[in-house]
Amino acid sequence: MKSANSYSPEQLAIMDSIIARYPRSRSAIMPLLHYVQSISGYVTPEGIEAISGKLDIETAEVTAVSTFYTQYKSEPVGEYHVGVCINTLCAVMGGDAIYEAAKEHAGVSKDEVTSDGKVSLERIECNAACDYAPVVMVNWEFYDNQTPQSVRHLIDGARNGNPPAPTRGPKSLRTWKENSEVLAGLSDGLAGEGVQAGDPSLLGLKIARGNS
Amino acid sequence: MTQLTPVLSAHWDEKDSFTIEGYKRHGGYDAVGKALAMEPDAVIQLIKDSGLRGRGGAGFPTGMKWGFIPQGDNKEHYLVVNADESEPGTCKDMPLLMANPHVLVEGIIVASYAIRANYAFIYIRGEVAHVVRRLQQAIADAYAAGHLGKNIHGKGFDLELVLHVGAGAYICGEETALLDSLEGFRGQPRLRPPFPAIAGLYARPTVVNNVESIASVPSIINNGAEWFSAMGTEKSKGFTLYSLSGHVANPGQFEAPLGITLRELLELAGGIRPGHQLKFWTPGGSSTPMFTAEHLDVALDYEGVSAAGSMLGTKALQIFDETTCVLRAVLRWTEFYKHESCGKCTPCREGTWWLVQILRDLEAGKGTEADLDKLLDVVDNIAGRSFCALADGAASPIISSLKYFREEYMQHLNNGGCPFDPIASTKFEAAGSR
Repeated sequence: MKSANSYSPEQLAIMDSIIARYPRSRSAIMPLLHYVQSISGYVTPEGIEAISGKLDIETAEVTAVSTFYTQYKSEPVGEYHVGVCINTLCAVMGGDAIYEAAKEHAGVSKDEVTSDGKVSLERIECNAACDYAPVVMVNWEFYDNQTPQSVRHLIDGARNGNPPAPTRGPKSLRTWKENSEVLAGLSDGLAGEGVQAGDPSLLGLKIARGNS
Repeated sequence: MTQLTPVLSAHWDEKDSFTIEGYKRHGGYDAVGKALAMEPDAVIQLIKDSGLRGRGGAGFPTGMKWGFIPQGDNKEHYLVVNADESEPGTCKDMPLLMANPHVLVEGIIVASYAIRANYAFIYIRGEVAHVVRRLQQAIADAYAAGHLGKNIHGKGFDLELVLHVGAGAYICGEETALLDSLEGFRGQPRLRPPFPAIAGLYARPTVVNNVESIASVPSIINNGAEWFSAMGTEKSKGFTLYSLSGHVANPGQFEAPLGITLRELLELAGGIRPGHQLKFWTPGGSSTPMFTAEHLDVALDYEGVSAAGSMLGTKALQIFDETTCVLRAVLRWTEFYKHESCGKCTPCREGTWWLVQILRDLEAGKGTEADLDKLLDVVDNIAGRSFCALADGAASPIISSLKYFREEYMQHLNNGGCPFDPIASTKFEAAGSR
């Protein structure tokens, strides 16, 4: 565990660069929380102290923000955090069956982590990919048109350190910590990888061109 | 038959559509040059003349919103783009940003110039890592090409653009909650007035626009207000993205003039999945009252949908066939609103909790007919009596489902439980891939 003053000078400099993006420093609290998760995997008390120090606000204020948003975790999650969409449309199209299969196959319930630390499970809300339902997100990458079988395969891959690639995302799946860095606004240079659009996104365009 | 009008989606089938090279190949960033050669007020007038209305759900005229920003007030102005797309069923902005992030960046430059903002933000939801990457790259490339930063195109206009990534809170799609979140607080709605145009981000005049609204701006600058307003209907001008999902043969995105009908869209989507019939659908996300097969010919524009008793919303058409239990659908949406209620005001925080309890009992066949009236009573005490529209959204599926499917609620009570087989509704029902 890190203590508040044991973030490396490089890490502290990155925090400063995040703060410098904004006209007012407090606006940096959300990317800073994502950044803390990229180092520790979750929002640690040390991370909260560091942010409090950097922004010159109380730790209680940082905690208040951190606990409001579901993507900030107060406990460690898996290296591969699996979110099954269980909002109405995905649930009806198969998300409920997929969630049950994932739960049984990984042997964990919602918000729990497998004993090897590889996989955690979450019931997520609508993730803006309904034309690809049922949808599963791993570390917030899109896995489209899923089935119970495909999710079992996904979980096996994650536990063996060889998860399948996202449907619309980089060539290989990045870890929870690595993707948290992207959400903190730090580039990993992978924007060019993956498709520009999946087939459902292109359906109307293809019909308009008369080549559906 | 209404013809599709791909504008935003026109080049999504090119492999590099998301790159600056791919964007420039089709006249990308020409609108910046054209707009910077105009007076800012003339840009606002052009958008007013086009008839463009907000594509995020409320349908407020975009140019009028820009015109509300007080000019000559010696205060900073801000443009904030709402990319927190989280309304259940809504899936238009994320594919747009994945395939063509530059059209948003270009629209932001034009809009910021018009309202005289030197700082702009994109507030994107946090659960979409690859969309975040595409936007990060687009912004970096736009800076490198001189479209952002100091003295853009040598015309003396400065603009900083910051991508702000959310962290999983539906309520941040509500514009004042979004502003609180962007200021570094819990995302809870503010009391209005004052409206953001007077006291928005950091209490400064602020325009908050949806992704699709701003992304529509470059095409209007390039082709003119008349080109845009020639599409659509009398009061709902232009093209828009309609998203079909659920029990259709081919779900997907359809960019069409406002006013197309579900009957026409279903024809393009290959109809309801084979062997099944339409049961109910939402015109614009779960917060818009549901429709049934009797609404197939409703014109999907702001006025048409409203006259039929719902709202155009985000044009997120979620289609459910006869295998779907309407109670299950409504309960799940209600659980969502309860989960996403920010807790700031009592009617919503407590009311959504009670709605879930009652609906769970009803689904399990444990309630009584009096519970149906109790549902409506609770709804009556939260809709219109809460801080923001989240509670109104929670009321919509309940009121509309009781209007069209009261019999099905009764069936659960008489049956002592749900008469539907959930597996029959799944996509892999017949595929043997369980």
